[in-house]
Amino acid sequence: MRYSHKVTLAASGLLIVCMAASMVCVHQVERMRAGATLEEVLYISSPKMLKRMSLGYSGLLADIYWTRAVQYFGDKHRRGGSNYKLLAPLLEITTTLDPQLIVAYEFGANFLAPRPPNGAGLPQKAIDLVQSGIRSNPQEWRLYYQLGFIRYMEENDYAGAADAFARGSTLPDAHPWLKLLAAQMAQHAGAWDTARMLWVTTFTTTKDAAIRANAAAHLRALQSDRDVMALQVFVDQYQNDTGHLPRGLSDLVSAGMLRGVPVDPLGHPYKIGSTGQVEVQSPDDLPFIQKGTPPGYAPPQRPKILPSD
Amino acid sequence: MSPRIAYIAANTFREAVRDRVLYNLIAFAVLMSGAAILVGQISIDIERLVVVNLGLTAVSLFGVVIAIFIGIGLVSKEIDKRTLYTVLSRPVRRWEFIVGKFLGLAGTLAVNTVCMAIGVFAALLYVSNRFQRSDGWVLVALYFIVLQFLIITALALLFSSFSSPLLSAVFAFSLFIIGSFSEDLRGFAAISHGVTRWVATLAAYLVPNLSALNVIAPVAHQQPVAGQLIAFNTAYALVYTGMALCGAVLIFERRNLK
Repeated sequence: MRYSHKVTLAASGLLIVCMAASMVCVHQVERMRAGATLEEVLYISSPKMLKRMSLGYSGLLADIYWTRAVQYFGDKHRRGGSNYKLLAPLLEITTTLDPQLIVAYEFGANFLAPRPPNGAGLPQKAIDLVQSGIRSNPQEWRLYYQLGFIRYMEENDYAGAADAFARGSTLPDAHPWLKLLAAQMAQHAGAWDTARMLWVTTFTTTKDAAIRANAAAHLRALQSDRDVMALQVFVDQYQNDTGHLPRGLSDLVSAGMLRGVPVDPLGHPYKIGSTGQVEVQSPDDLPFIQKGTPPGYAPPQRPKILPSD
Repeated sequence: MSPRIAYIAANTFREAVRDRVLYNLIAFAVLMSGAAILVGQISIDIERLVVVNLGLTAVSLFGVVIAIFIGIGLVSKEIDKRTLYTVLSRPVRRWEFIVGKFLGLAGTLAVNTVCMAIGVFAALLYVSNRFQRSDGWVLVALYFIVLQFLIITALALLFSSFSSPLLSAVFAFSLFIIGSFSEDLRGFAAISHGVTRWVATLAAYLVPNLSALNVIAPVAHQQPVAGQLIAFNTAYALVYTGMALCGAVLIFERRNLK
């Protein structure tokens, strides 16, 4: 066989030219068909069918679908899109293929829940996704956290959020803050006894000084709120009986309604404001209180948490 | 093991290497390094998962393809080239030829798997910076994959002992796919009635139970594999491989090679 340098050189040159030309062509085609690489269509929409077709290699397929979901969301988000119609199906396929892929539930719910432009604005889909994650991974506290977070942030469902945080907080390895969050949600929801119970549990079980101080602050706030509400009833009753507001809580003592001037959990006496509202002396020292603040009071941006001991 | 079997096995290994079978390692290396470097940039928080899932899936699929395509030619190629007559004219029994061929291909696949396993662990080290104790379960998944290869190789050899290479490939691939659905097949048998139940149950036990040998997904999530499962899977793979090899030997012993 004859070996020709000319042919070798010509073929090599042609090969390089063809390769470069094909790249240019592909580039042109891509420009003409923008977005064609990630069409708004799922060729196989059934997660179960895909799982069957994966022949047992569903883990890798789940990774591919998760990456596709991330790319889909990222691309839409970057372009300011508001219609994320494929996001929920992509996440459903991902988590059906690999029910243990916790990151898909966590981040997927964060993609789905917030309103556009921050997310797809599908909080119910996000909740469904996280709940399916909890069914498959009942010991994964992060999913309960995610569920509570969405219920609180997107739906203002304090009771639902408190329930999710409380369930998550009982799991092994759960982050200690879950108990704090559960109590906080319950407090917002008005479930005073539940909130107090959760905060006391947190206070007595945690070894972390910061969490303990936070729990103590919340317990003080709960007690203060309850005191203010109870005292307000006496003030209103005094006003009804006498036709004027009491000058101070000592008037209620003189009237036989109270045995002494009550003090807040920090030992400062409560007071009556100019409009007849019961107030605490120093609201800044009682962060998280819902009641007893003077009109127009703005709490400090960073709550003042006093040491618990 | 008789020296004749060892010689045939060594020759089969040499032949596979000469056929550039191990070239698949280059593709595997590109795949693993690409995945390890790129996934972190295009996805979220699944670098380690992808390395394990992709690595083990590639080890498994590359190996199955090699097992089938080399396995189906183990006998027919020797007949076509007429080298079989040279071998069998020597004091080599037909069953020794079959067993030697099987061990040669199984050895090739084992070496291939070891090389790929090194690649998987290197990629794991790259993405995680250090090994964790749970990475040891990846070795169990690799071991199960090798068991899977034994079964597929024996089946390919079985079909190769009586059928053409094309049909053998079709049969072996079909059994690989059906074997991946073996758990569904047993589930179907459990909910069937009458004759259908018997036929489905028989089919479920006859096809290789490959789904139980696939623990890639749990291992990727650092979940442990039960010791009992390792023991029973090992026993099952050895018994099933023995069964297929016996079938191949029985057919090949009676085959008219004239």
